[in-house]
Amino acid sequence: MAEVLVLVEHVDGDVKKVTYELLALAKRIGEPAAVLIGSGADAAIPGLAEHGAATVYVADADELTAHPVAPKAEVLAKLVAEKSPAAVLVASSAEGKEVAARLAIKAGSGIITDAVDVDADGTATQSVFGGATVVKSKVSVGTPIITVRPNSTSPEAAAAAGTRVDVTVELSDAAKLAKVTDRVIQAKGGRPDLAEAAVVVSGGRGVGGEEGFGVIEALADSLDAAVGASRAATDAGWYPHQFQVGQTGKTVAPQLYIANGISGAIQHRAGMQTSKTVIVVNKDPEAPIFELADFGVVGDLFTVVPQLTEEVGKRKG
Amino acid sequence: MLRVMREVDDATMKIVVCVKQVPDSWAEKTLSPADNTLDRGSVDAVMNEIDEYAMEEALRLKEANGGEVVVLSMGPDQATDTIRKALSMGADAGVHVLDDGLHGSDAVATSLALAKAIEGQGADLVLLGCESTDARMSVVPAMVAERLGLPQLTFCNSVAVDGTNVTTNRVTEYGYDVVEATLPAVVSVVEKINEPRYPSFKGIMAAKKKPVETLDLAGLGIDASSVGLGAAWSAVEEAAARPPKAKGTVVEDDGNGGVAIADFLSAQKFI
Ligand SMILES: Cc1cc2nc3c(=O)[nH]c(=O)nc-3n(C[C@H](O)[C@H](O)[C@H](O)COP(=O)(O)OP(=O)(O)OC[C@H]3O[C@@H](n4cnc5c(N)ncnc54)[C@H](O)[C@@H]3O)c2cc1C
Ligand SMILES: Nc1ncnc2c1ncn2[C@@H]1O[C@H](COP(=O)(O)O)[C@@H](O)[C@H]1O
Repeated sequence: MAEVLVLVEHVDGDVKKVTYELLALAKRIGEPAAVLIGSGADAAIPGLAEHGAATVYVADADELTAHPVAPKAEVLAKLVAEKSPAAVLVASSAEGKEVAARLAIKAGSGIITDAVDVDADGTATQSVFGGATVVKSKVSVGTPIITVRPNSTSPEAAAAAGTRVDVTVELSDAAKLAKVTDRVIQAKGGRPDLAEAAVVVSGGRGVGGEEGFGVIEALADSLDAAVGASRAATDAGWYPHQFQVGQTGKTVAPQLYIANGISGAIQHRAGMQTSKTVIVVNKDPEAPIFELADFGVVGDLFTVVPQLTEEVGKRKG
Repeated sequence: MLRVMREVDDATMKIVVCVKQVPDSWAEKTLSPADNTLDRGSVDAVMNEIDEYAMEEALRLKEANGGEVVVLSMGPDQATDTIRKALSMGADAGVHVLDDGLHGSDAVATSLALAKAIEGQGADLVLLGCESTDARMSVVPAMVAERLGLPQLTFCNSVAVDGTNVTTNRVTEYGYDVVEATLPAVVSVVEKINEPRYPSFKGIMAAKKKPVETLDLAGLGIDASSVGLGAAWSAVEEAAARPPKAKGTVVEDDGNGGVAIADFLSAQKFI
């Protein structure tokens, strides 16, 4: 059975859930093989094996992460050339899509981005135009390269060998032209990852300030949710940029999205309108975000949200 | 080979900005039933919003360092409107890649046409937006960098050029990376980077006299059989409209709005 390469999303071996989802999809097509670039293999391999990785290719050299995107594409290109996999699956993060993009050019392969499902024959399902149209596409040239959105399927326990195979790559000069000279982490620890969370609670301009995000965070914590923000809130500096949901922020598709004090501009909707269930709290009944609401309350978020948080606490016992 | 900035005798920087014409994002988009490509005829077309930020950044770099800004767009006839808009913002010249054979091109082919056109122009800096609102792929900048063998600095919320060096902040999952390279380089921007200017009346008048070069596939040296819908490396097999979501319930807060939401969440088994 041909291998299906899965690029592992991880931080120092702390593997993101989306990788396990990709392994579950890979198993439909062939034999899943994880590709881990960077440090942390020892920490990562047991989880990858539990989720079906027969092989874990490990490329761990400092220069692979000292330059953005290009080195990862070269590692994958080498494996594609050597192993002739049935497909390559990559998470639809901003960087994942760029790695896939460069790989497509290097390998002479077609690419499909933002799939929400992949069949055994490599047919990818995409949800376009804000979920209004469902498209099925297939790569027709080369090794199918498919990027898949987080939360598209569930991780599956499927014990496999997880045999470590070390890979060394001689980087091209072109891959080393851009250098990362500093890495700034602005994490807001403790909460689920925004792109992967089952529940997202977001705040917009209506939250009024940095302190106002306290009520948003309290609701999020009562629901084990991630916190998101509109551009108005990130631009004002009330919440860090990487929590922005929307066209130029993250695209999320959680089971439940709760929008508070967000008007629903097209650029914000682009990042959340395929959420399964949407709750809206806004004091303006005309706010366009209500068009997406499964349930909405016209009211002041500073009274509605804390009451909801309290109620969730009571009901969870 | 791209023109590399010369140190002393010619320090002028040439910036090529890639802008795409897209359907107005408020308009309802559909696929044309004939060939499952985006039906561009049925909706108003505008400049991809993020590309205005790339244009603005190019103009600011020119204002700070001197040089020349060329706007590059691949698209059907009406893409001239988008090129004119960029010229009226302040670009010096335009290049329009126009060929019926390009209809239905995927990102792979688009990046090929753009890369060839950029090579023909010569550039010290290539600026792009980070995402087009119709394709929403965010892959063209990386593909252009790959094809040109140039450093890729993408998703930037700041760009500084100092002599032959470019330094950017690349927005990441966790914060940002400071990324540096030597020119020539490919840079894509996010909307945090600046606030684009509106074309002035003077700018609109001046734009009418600025040169726009039109290039077809032959002019770019691209084999027509390698691009367009028939040659795409991925293909849409079927497309179906999803039934619109049923309208939700919206209630006025009567002092129990939070409880009402909790009731809804309980009924839906979220709590
Ligand atoms: C190129 C480009 C890219 C963009 N990308 C993004 C993106 O990725 N993500 C994004 O979000 N935006 C993006 N935007 C910005 C977008 O156009 C909107 O400006 C932004 O989403 C507005 O944020 P908001 O809804 O929080 O603010 P507003 O539109 O100002 O809405 C605030 C809402 O809060 C309500 N409100 C106020 N006080 C209260 C209260 N006490 N209780 C309840 N409700 C209250 C108001 O009724 C109003 O509806 C982008 C724009 C551009 C041009
Ligand atoms: N047809 C095109 N003409 C000019 N620039 C383009 C074209 N398509 C994409 N781009 C550029 O590539 C960026 C990213 O587009 P995409 O990869 O399609 O999301 C855009 O913001 C533009 O700067």
